[in-house]
Amino acid sequence: MRGPVRSEDNNGPGFPAPVTADIRLSVNGDEHPVTVDTRETLLDTLREHLGLTGAKKGCDHGQCGACTVLVDGRRAKACLTLTVTVDDREITTVEGLARDGVPHPLQAAFVEQDAFQCGYCTPGQLCSAVGMLAEFAAGWPSSVTLGAVSPGAVAPGVEGRPPLCDDEIRERMSGNLCRCGAYPNIVAAIRQVAP
Amino acid sequence: MTTVAMPNVGSALDRVDALEKVTGRARYAYENFPADLAYAVPVQATIAKGEISAVDVDAVLQLPGVIAAIWHANAPRLAPRNGDPELAVLQSSRVAYRGQYVAVVVAETLESASEAARVLRVRYDADEHDVELRPGHPGLYRPDHVNPYFPTDTEQGDPDAALAAARVVVDATYSTPAEHNNPMEPHATVAVWDAEGLTVYDSTQGASNIRDTLAPLFGLPPGSVRVISPHVGGGFGAKARAHPHVALAALAAKQVGRPVKLAVTRQQMFAVTGYRTPTIQRVRLGADADGRLTAIVHEAIEQSSTVSEFAEQTAVPTRMMYAAPNRRTTHRLVRLDVPTPSWMRAPGEAPGMYALESAMDELAIACRIDPIELRIRNEPDVDPESGRPFSSRNLVACLREGARRFGWAGRDPEPGIRREGGLLVGTGVAASVFPVYRMPSQATARAEPDGGFTVRIAAADIGTGARTVLTQIAADALDAPMDRVRVEIGDSALPPAWVAGGSAGTASWGTAVVRACEALMDVLHGRAGDVPPEGLEASADTTQEVRAQRRFAQHAFGAQFAEVAVDMDTGEARVRRLLGVFAAGRILNPKTARSQLIGGMTMGLSMALLEESVMDQEFGDYLNHDFAQYHIAASADVRDIDAVWIEEDDPGLNPMGSKGIGEIGIVGTAAAIANAVHHATGVRVRDLPIRLDKLVHGVI
Ligand code: FES
Ligand code: FES
Repeated sequence: MRGPVRSEDNNGPGFPAPVTADIRLSVNGDEHPVTVDTRETLLDTLREHLGLTGAKKGCDHGQCGACTVLVDGRRAKACLTLTVTVDDREITTVEGLARDGVPHPLQAAFVEQDAFQCGYCTPGQLCSAVGMLAEFAAGWPSSVTLGAVSPGAVAPGVEGRPPLCDDEIRERMSGNLCRCGAYPNIVAAIRQVAP
Repeated sequence: MTTVAMPNVGSALDRVDALEKVTGRARYAYENFPADLAYAVPVQATIAKGEISAVDVDAVLQLPGVIAAIWHANAPRLAPRNGDPELAVLQSSRVAYRGQYVAVVVAETLESASEAARVLRVRYDADEHDVELRPGHPGLYRPDHVNPYFPTDTEQGDPDAALAAARVVVDATYSTPAEHNNPMEPHATVAVWDAEGLTVYDSTQGASNIRDTLAPLFGLPPGSVRVISPHVGGGFGAKARAHPHVALAALAAKQVGRPVKLAVTRQQMFAVTGYRTPTIQRVRLGADADGRLTAIVHEAIEQSSTVSEFAEQTAVPTRMMYAAPNRRTTHRLVRLDVPTPSWMRAPGEAPGMYALESAMDELAIACRIDPIELRIRNEPDVDPESGRPFSSRNLVACLREGARRFGWAGRDPEPGIRREGGLLVGTGVAASVFPVYRMPSQATARAEPDGGFTVRIAAADIGTGARTVLTQIAADALDAPMDRVRVEIGDSALPPAWVAGGSAGTASWGTAVVRACEALMDVLHGRAGDVPPEGLEASADTTQEVRAQRRFAQHAFGAQFAEVAVDMDTGEARVRRLLGVFAAGRILNPKTARSQLIGGMTMGLSMALLEESVMDQEFGDYLNHDFAQYHIAASADVRDIDAVWIEEDDPGLNPMGSKGIGEIGIVGTAAAIANAVHHATGVRVRDLPIRLDKLVHGVI
């Protein structure tokens, strides 16, 4: 990453020019050299500059989950992530979930269970579900996990861990709002795919 | 009318656009990138009433990347004529509500436009404002009619005398707060001018409607405006009409001579994209000792803005729900310095049936009658006010089927006695209703030389599954397999169609599609099936057919059952089970129908427990204007929920035999939950939402 550059052009009196940075973004396995405004969120970079409009903007304030992507495999809200902070990270969006044109099992399950209506929250739900299943597999507890004492505490080992029940799915997916009310079908789709 | 035989219709098929939606390929309005694009960010008034005295445009024009800052002094003039005065954006210095658009900034990037909009200095001369809906407000008046064209007041018999003579009287006042539709996709418009006219990519429930609104505003013939909207991220009524941002985007693009993108932010949506009016409703029921109603009086007061009148039909469902010889409904409105309310899923029915169905529960308790039995006893033979017969009315069947599935039999009506640890548990029931509408639409059906078919209609799929259901309907009417039929919707260049609203989309569009396909089949038969190289096309316009429809009272009905648990320490109410049983004619796709009904019920659960837009009296603003503060149901709020339906054969409706299902799911849900909360706790909550502070004193 080249250091931030302050543009001298078009710089009116008393107003700072945008600060830009040249970075390489790795999205769905593709490298994108981009010059970004340091005020720019990952969500806006994906949607406005890389043509990856799968991640959605529902609130731009981290309150709805529509923009959820995976950063190094973990769920992240792209609207709360400044693009300059992720130049060395691996980003996965909904466009990157399918493998060789074959939909991800969760994508197929969403279709089968009718886990969406308008589809606007769907890319975020899907990325969130992928990340959530990985979190569960890694033994992370949620607030409904029996015996979880404090946030961040690691649940008992794989053998002693209860299966992923509907209450767990609902709790862990509650950061992704769906105004169409597809929740029960989303839970059914995730349950169908969960190990 | 007979319904056509339909192998695809009635089947639980996957959505035809499902793969596009799960892969992120489905393109929504803001996701269009015409060349030479600029970004527009609106600026909203920070006073609730007054005049704009100055806007410091020059300062922001110095900012890097800023192309224009437009306000009423330098904006192009629009020609709103008889149209919606809300669309006269930047045409006057007057501020009518806080959050109204006062300027728009256009810049090369979203970041620059946002920054410039943030620092743009607007000076005002503020007046005193009044933003509080209250009983006895001196400004209350009787509107000419209520949405869309119902009489404002109705009266039969002598309800006052009947109430005075009644053995049992319920007299209660209920209130519902302002609520915001909040579709997940914020409203967005991309506007492009060229030699031919104006093209907008818009998130709308009706492309034809937006075109017909925009064209006169910009002095263009309708043919010079094109509205493209293939995918829409929800609407729930908030995208059924053009809101001011559509005009603002087109105006900004015209001013700068470049394509412009404008997205309304979630926060901005609370002022400029409509909402459900708050209501205060007094319901009086008079009955004999057996619970037979002798009088029903439902009086509603509501608000609108000073810009335009929107009079919600809150008490209208009370006109047809139950039999009673003496009855009155009234609506009174007050014009406040508030944003303009509009349609939100089941306008009228959703708040009105919360009040009526809560009052019916109170009456059942007062008469010591089971609430299901009370409703059955008051079932009318014909529409009580109009005297017209119902084309089908299966409320009782829904109540009975729901009671069976839910396990209602043997319910102890005594409130506040079922404890499970620290929880109080209860069950409740309420009725649902939604009228059946059908509106004129046009469609074309085309036989392609390769043996496929293309059906075109400017319908909208806002998540309802319309694209899928219309494909099913067309395939059956053409006697063709689904994969040979392509349905094109979401574009005003297609044959004009009614909006996705009033739960009338499928009935309106489906009729046009069936008639166009029938016409094409006639032509094809005449040619012994021969399709020339250029294809064959037939069209239909249902204006005559829809006008001629017989005057039955036509409604979908339902019954909602809720089980709640209320925490005795915190007062928190949670819905454990929610069951809806509906009678809505023929269900065309059980898969998408179930989703839509459950979606409506989920919004009803949300209305019952969570949703409330709080007006800041001091600053005239909806305070809690984001998802951190305006809570909608999340996954963890929705546990055991199901929607089922009973068989209903009503051939008089339309060629599909269907009734609308987009709105009925939200009707009655809040009452069922409030009634269950009363059964659990003994506390009757008459003011939505059922917050824990309203329960905590009653349960400790
Ligand atoms: S858009 Fe990022 S959380 Fe809503
Ligand atoms: S599918 Fe519409 S918001 Fe979830």
